[in-house]
Amino acid sequence: MTMQSFAHDVAEPAIEIVGLNKWFDDFHALRDIDLRVEAGERIVVCGPSGSGKSTLIRCINQLEHHQQGSIRVGGRVVCREPKKLEIIRRDVGMVFQSFNLFPHLTILENCTLAPLWVLKQSRPEAEATALHFLERVRIPEQAHKYPGQLSGGQQQRVAIARSLCMNPKIMLFDEPTSALDPEMVKEVLETMLGLAHDGMTMIVVTHEMGFARQAADRVIFMDEGRIVESATPDAFFDNPVHARTRQFLDQILI
Amino acid sequence: MNAVALADPVPDARAAPVAKRRSWLKLLFGTPLNALLTIIFGMAIARMSVWLVDWAIINAAFFPAEPASCQAAQGACWSFVIAKHSQILFGIYPPEERWRPALVCLLLIGLLIYSVRPASWGPRLFGLWVAAIVAVFVLMLGGVPGLTFVPTALWGGLPITLILTVVAIGAAFPLAIMLALARRSKLPAVSALSVLFIETTRALPLLSILFIASIMLPLLLPEALLPDKFFRALLALLLFAAAYMAEVVRGGLQALPKGQSEAAEALGLSYWQRQRLIILPQAITIVIPALTNTIIVMIKNTSLVLVVGLFDLVSSGKAALADPSWSSPAAETYLFIAAIYFILCFGFGRFADSLERRRKVSR
Repeated sequence: MTMQSFAHDVAEPAIEIVGLNKWFDDFHALRDIDLRVEAGERIVVCGPSGSGKSTLIRCINQLEHHQQGSIRVGGRVVCREPKKLEIIRRDVGMVFQSFNLFPHLTILENCTLAPLWVLKQSRPEAEATALHFLERVRIPEQAHKYPGQLSGGQQQRVAIARSLCMNPKIMLFDEPTSALDPEMVKEVLETMLGLAHDGMTMIVVTHEMGFARQAADRVIFMDEGRIVESATPDAFFDNPVHARTRQFLDQILI
Repeated sequence: MNAVALADPVPDARAAPVAKRRSWLKLLFGTPLNALLTIIFGMAIARMSVWLVDWAIINAAFFPAEPASCQAAQGACWSFVIAKHSQILFGIYPPEERWRPALVCLLLIGLLIYSVRPASWGPRLFGLWVAAIVAVFVLMLGGVPGLTFVPTALWGGLPITLILTVVAIGAAFPLAIMLALARRSKLPAVSALSVLFIETTRALPLLSILFIASIMLPLLLPEALLPDKFFRALLALLLFAAAYMAEVVRGGLQALPKGQSEAAEALGLSYWQRQRLIILPQAITIVIPALTNTIIVMIKNTSLVLVVGLFDLVSSGKAALADPSWSSPAAETYLFIAAIYFILCFGFGRFADSLERRRKVSR
């Protein structure tokens, strides 16, 4: 554990997962996952494809439903009941691999939609917040364009701003740079680094090991639906305990 | 950037027509075969146009609108259409009350034209339509002070076609959306009911549904429990249109990437907010061409109500032709009716086209 997480030890954990199991029909996607994420902690999840890392974070906001175990977000039990789920989702932002901006709305409308309809903010208030976060991701001048007119990197930064407009306590990133052209990866990672420095609780599924070294408090390696290894970045990269982790790192690091 | 290109259109404007003319010439006379075809079809079109102008205008009878003028004429007998226009347009509605259906037609057509402007869209337009539909039925039925009662059995002509089109399609559209959403519902009972309704309705010909509504239902249920024939036919058309439109809308729902719904879910939007704000606006935009197709077919399908004894535009035209003092100018009458259908369908087609172009701009 790092200094960061010690500071929050007395408080409620941001996320607490106990004995989580998830099946897709016969496929056992998550096996006995236990994970505790402190407020302000930054966690990078990596692992081979099909290892369950996306499924894990998608269970946290219930885009996937689990069959066994419990998930708590900010002390609230995550269940399938829509009303309770919507309240939890307000606090949990998510950024997708394929951006998933709403193509029929402008950038500004993308950012104000949920604050207007979910948080019932007034339009001026929602627009002011949206412009604030668009400035933060450095694209305020695109506010009145449509997503289709922006580059991939710009779209992903808008997606981050859109989540931030809900003032979430936790941000989940599901391979946020995997669909980007190489020259656009950096601008998105920089935005995420900025968030990490500001103390946002983050779970990031990514293969960007540079980001993990720079920003993560903990790196989690998953394989076949299990958490195989969980360590600080230094320990994880320099001294991995498990053979499977070493094998994975050999494959992705040159 | 675009503004710079637009600010200096002069060279393009001069070059374009010349290039356009050349490509047309090439298309028409580029090869010997094309040239031959152009000449043959050009002559045929010219020949037919001459004949048509002769028949429809030069040799046609317009006035006086009496049988005698028709017998003297070599060409079209428009005097019949002129003399009988009120009967064709309004059927057997009492002649002294025909200002009422006329007003109804004007009201509906006026509001349709008003509705085309994007600037008029909003809750106010919906309110206007509700008020207009109420006004339409009060005017047509009467039975209120100042308006004598006219039972639906006496309604006829254009107002029937317009009311059936507007009310059946207008009410079918929201019903279709609900059916499409229900069919994709995770609740098994909801989706099964939707599938049952859609598949049953689509498996039956509209004619048989109209027969069931107007002839079978009265055999099964006491007359007192049933709405009258016009409303039964209206309901049959509505349900039929809804089943077809539901499948078109479902196509649009399926075409949307799953990520759209997931992103909206992750933001905490409720099911109905997701459908209304994210899913349906995109899904319906995708299916505008298919929806236009279905709606145009439904506009024309309203003429099938003649089989259950309702006097829509086509059947009141047919009834007018039965007058023995005229020489039954059927072609002229049906051309007149066809022109009205053409305006309705072509107008709707253009409206749908403008919607599509509008959406493309916003992408």
